[in-house]
Amino acid sequence: MLATLRCMVMRDLTLAMRHRSDVLTTVFFFIIVVSLFPLGVGPEAALLKEMAAGVVWVAALLASMLSLTRLFADDYNDGTLEQLLLVPQPLSLIVLGKVLAHWIISGLPLVVMSPLLGLQFGLEGDELMMLMVTLLLGTPVLSLLGAIGAALTLGLRGGGVLVSLLVLPLYIPVLIFGAGAVTASAAGMGADGHLSLMGAILLLALVLAPWASAAALRISVE
Amino acid sequence: MFNLFKYASPASFYPLAGRLAMGFGIASVILLVIGLYMSFFVAPTDYKQGEGYRIMFIHVPAAWMSMLIYVVMACWAAAGMIWHTRLSSMMASSLAPTGAMFTFIALWTGALWGKPMWGAWWVWDARLTSELILLFLYVGFMALESAIDDPRRAARASGLLALVGVINVPIIYYSVQWWNTLHQGSSIKVVDGGVETSMSEIMVWTLLVMTFACWFYTIAVALTRVRSIILERESGASWVKALLQERKS
Repeated sequence: MLATLRCMVMRDLTLAMRHRSDVLTTVFFFIIVVSLFPLGVGPEAALLKEMAAGVVWVAALLASMLSLTRLFADDYNDGTLEQLLLVPQPLSLIVLGKVLAHWIISGLPLVVMSPLLGLQFGLEGDELMMLMVTLLLGTPVLSLLGAIGAALTLGLRGGGVLVSLLVLPLYIPVLIFGAGAVTASAAGMGADGHLSLMGAILLLALVLAPWASAAALRISVE
Repeated sequence: MFNLFKYASPASFYPLAGRLAMGFGIASVILLVIGLYMSFFVAPTDYKQGEGYRIMFIHVPAAWMSMLIYVVMACWAAAGMIWHTRLSSMMASSLAPTGAMFTFIALWTGALWGKPMWGAWWVWDARLTSELILLFLYVGFMALESAIDDPRRAARASGLLALVGVINVPIIYYSVQWWNTLHQGSSIKVVDGGVETSMSEIMVWTLLVMTFACWFYTIAVALTRVRSIILERESGASWVKALLQERKS
């Protein structure tokens, strides 16, 4: 089982490394969206500090949404996906491998970049740490839930816009707890509750989402 | 024994749906007339909110229906997934527009009520927000269904989405509620909970009548819509052709 998972992750990572600009696009999209907010609302430090967690989180949602359409589309177009559906290994495991690779490509860079963006908004010490930790817990959920939407909209016209319509409402709990944890720790309240809930959501998504995406893939590729 | 599964076939369900839709439609109109009369003329004026509270008689049933219909829709979708009955997915898709309509009515009437009572059209209250998210879920369901040309794939894909949504609804609901209590900034408190006990008996009855009117309306409209969907999807079937021949002559 682990061999299958590893094989899928390595394969997708290798493919992504061949198209490095795709990975960079997501990261730069994230940075640009975050940088637009101070230009929109004005440069007052106090206001920006208060908004920071929410802005970074919303930008992370949008950035992970951007790369979702490519999750299965390339494999679908060149026929690899049909072959993957035929292999004896469980499809949900293969999906999990692809999701994991997607997270490493599009989620992990956001986690790494987030302290830098937090600094721009005047976050300090613990808050920066908290922002990173919540993103580390939350971005895998985004990839997992997003995979369901990507699988459902596979090969549809206007799939990219549609996937955001389907998936963004499902992202709301992650957004609330992720941004909430940073705000809570900034206000001096403990963020343990938020982090526990995010962990619970991550585990729940880890168990259920690959299964649902596998079912969605079977519906889409018939 | 009475065989319920006989009606899983669109051909035998079509005439039954027609009769049921007629019955429920008439019942809903009667209840609506009674309910509206009661809510405008019989129910007493509220001592605190004046006449404005009367919008509750449509707002509360609409909010209830909006949530209930989503669950019923997910149940039909699940049935369609499990038994592969075409009719179940048709029922799911016939319920979605009505559910979205009730969600919209609940939001709209809530805004109309909120302006004089709270002084704001919209506040980021937990229940308003989750109702808005519910509207997004309905829209996503309908958008996915209409984006897929193949009706079989459309039914199964949107069914899966409804199931994913229904698992998420409680998570979203509670997260929104906690989010709201954490942001204590809101100066407007939603007075609820006490409503049930403080309402006079006639108000409860009016609310019940209106709720049943909405129920029956939903059933009648969903069945009428499912009849159209059946005709559309089964347009190649011999019984549909026979039916059309019969109507022409």
